[in-house]
Amino acid sequence: MDLRKIDDNTWEIPKQGEMRVPAVIYSSARLLDDIKRDQTLTQARNVACLPGIERMSYVMPDAHQGYGFPIGGVAAFDLDEGIISPGGVGYDINCGVRLLRTDFTAEDLADKRKELLAEIFKEVPAGVGKGGVTRLSRGVLKDILVKGAEWAVENGYGRSEDLERTEEHGRMKDAAADTVSERALERGLPQLGTLGSGNHFLEIQKVHEIYDEAAARAFGLRAAGQVLVMIHCGSRGLGHQVATDYIEMMENAFGVKGLPDRELVHAPFKSPQGRQYYRSMCAAVNYAFANRQMIAHWVRDVFTRVLGSAKGMDQVYDVCHNVAKVEEHEVSGHSRRLVVHRKGATRSFGPGRPEIPECYRSVGQPVIIPGSMGTASFVLAGTKEAEALSFSSTAHGAGRVMSRHEAVRRFRGEKIRDDLARKGIELKSTSWKGVAEEASEAYKDVDEVVRVSHEVGLGRLVAKVVPIGVMKG
Amino acid sequence: MAPTVMERYKILPHTADGKFQAYGRTLEEAFGNAALATASLMWDWSKVEPRVRHFVHVTGIDREQLLVKFLGEVIYLFETKRFLLGKVDGLRIRPEFAGFNLEALLGGDILSERHELYGDVKAVTYHDLKIEECEGFSVQVVVDM
Repeated sequence: MDLRKIDDNTWEIPKQGEMRVPAVIYSSARLLDDIKRDQTLTQARNVACLPGIERMSYVMPDAHQGYGFPIGGVAAFDLDEGIISPGGVGYDINCGVRLLRTDFTAEDLADKRKELLAEIFKEVPAGVGKGGVTRLSRGVLKDILVKGAEWAVENGYGRSEDLERTEEHGRMKDAAADTVSERALERGLPQLGTLGSGNHFLEIQKVHEIYDEAAARAFGLRAAGQVLVMIHCGSRGLGHQVATDYIEMMENAFGVKGLPDRELVHAPFKSPQGRQYYRSMCAAVNYAFANRQMIAHWVRDVFTRVLGSAKGMDQVYDVCHNVAKVEEHEVSGHSRRLVVHRKGATRSFGPGRPEIPECYRSVGQPVIIPGSMGTASFVLAGTKEAEALSFSSTAHGAGRVMSRHEAVRRFRGEKIRDDLARKGIELKSTSWKGVAEEASEAYKDVDEVVRVSHEVGLGRLVAKVVPIGVMKG
Repeated sequence: MAPTVMERYKILPHTADGKFQAYGRTLEEAFGNAALATASLMWDWSKVEPRVRHFVHVTGIDREQLLVKFLGEVIYLFETKRFLLGKVDGLRIRPEFAGFNLEALLGGDILSERHELYGDVKAVTYHDLKIEECEGFSVQVVVDM
């Protein structure tokens, strides 16, 4: 494949064959070595062939092979001529991250750290096959699909200020519960308010270093040592079922002939199938927002119980990593509404965008990039340049480089726990095998990912945070 | 001489998720073994005593979709009925006007302290999915974990 170097962090696959636009990869030479090892570039090229794609098929620095679209892929489509694809969003719809700040320092926690983590572990259901604590009726679940985090706040989970500090105010307004299948509802019923398993985690963290004082201050991050809580999870079985259902529906409606990869199946955005998938996806997004809202509430409860208060435990922000949204962007000098697919990518709106809360409007949207289990995570700020570079998008995490199978063969969960303990990081998990699967060696170097993001201008570095307590599903 | 026991499936390395090949003398047998391979990523199906049965019926526009939907039943029954698959009986695949239909009787147990879970399969994908006929059948599947 023809891959041209534009500069140290930018590479291009020129338009060729059936590509409607070129593909652009934001990556260092080192990260590109990983990217080249799997099908990421072929997938980026396939995306560039889809009807109605605008500007470029973009690949973020943490990209790796996905299903259909690469993980770390961003593509925007014209509303009239373009398409929507479940494979461009991913199976875990609105897998995302929420960050809470606190007024505590790591020293304040000192001997309470263990207890705090143990209590959170008790309070927040996690792990394979673990049901939620909430018994839901179908009617209530449908309400949640429409109202998202708003439902959670109305029902005593968290504060109304949390909503304005959540993408879409925690509720995508185009959601329609009647587009979600019975099967998806059934999978969603027992899992609301659960962390899940796999790469999902909850961490007690502390600020390690601040790079951008002004943005950090706006985000409520004050100084090294300040305690934070990061929650990483998604829409659980419900979101996976929505993706599965609509892939089948689009196959049945449009056939699979001519697709280079069946996971690229798509529907015109304005077709009945496209509209229905979009509304169903919005419902799954809302489920995930409600999920993180409930978990955040329980975390605050535990802080109050163990440390006497949840003082200053404001939400910094809540971002989606797997989503399609209708947004306004500039294309060839004109402002246009496009359906932007971000799969394993984070929105990074720069200063001035009306979608971001007023308190952040002068510095840009907080972008939360979790590292792998037990390693550093980063807070970035969205930039104006990202608009032209990537439809306002950046990376979403570290990205795997080693199979779970290989990780389990090489590492032992108990040993990882002991190693982390020596570094002052407490770990609780429902499964040692799960811990081994998520060993940091199985992931890309997140420091390198955010460095590229910063240098290219996709999102600028604000703070580095490190874990002091990790809970894994 | 006793017939050699055919290997049911093989788990393959995959960076982010789960991948396997399942084999059978017939397409039905390969599909049944693919269901056991899917279960094997979450629990040890060979230790599950068949105390409960679920009849499943799925249709597909082609064999690939039929397989994806059939394996989806294993995930669905686990998440919504806490059903652990232990064996597959009477699996039948028949062509029909617009594709294929499949019927099978799944035997297994309801999740309890007796069982150990060690993985979470969340979706069945078409990525690298292959159904091949060569001295019997072989199917290859990647699942989202």
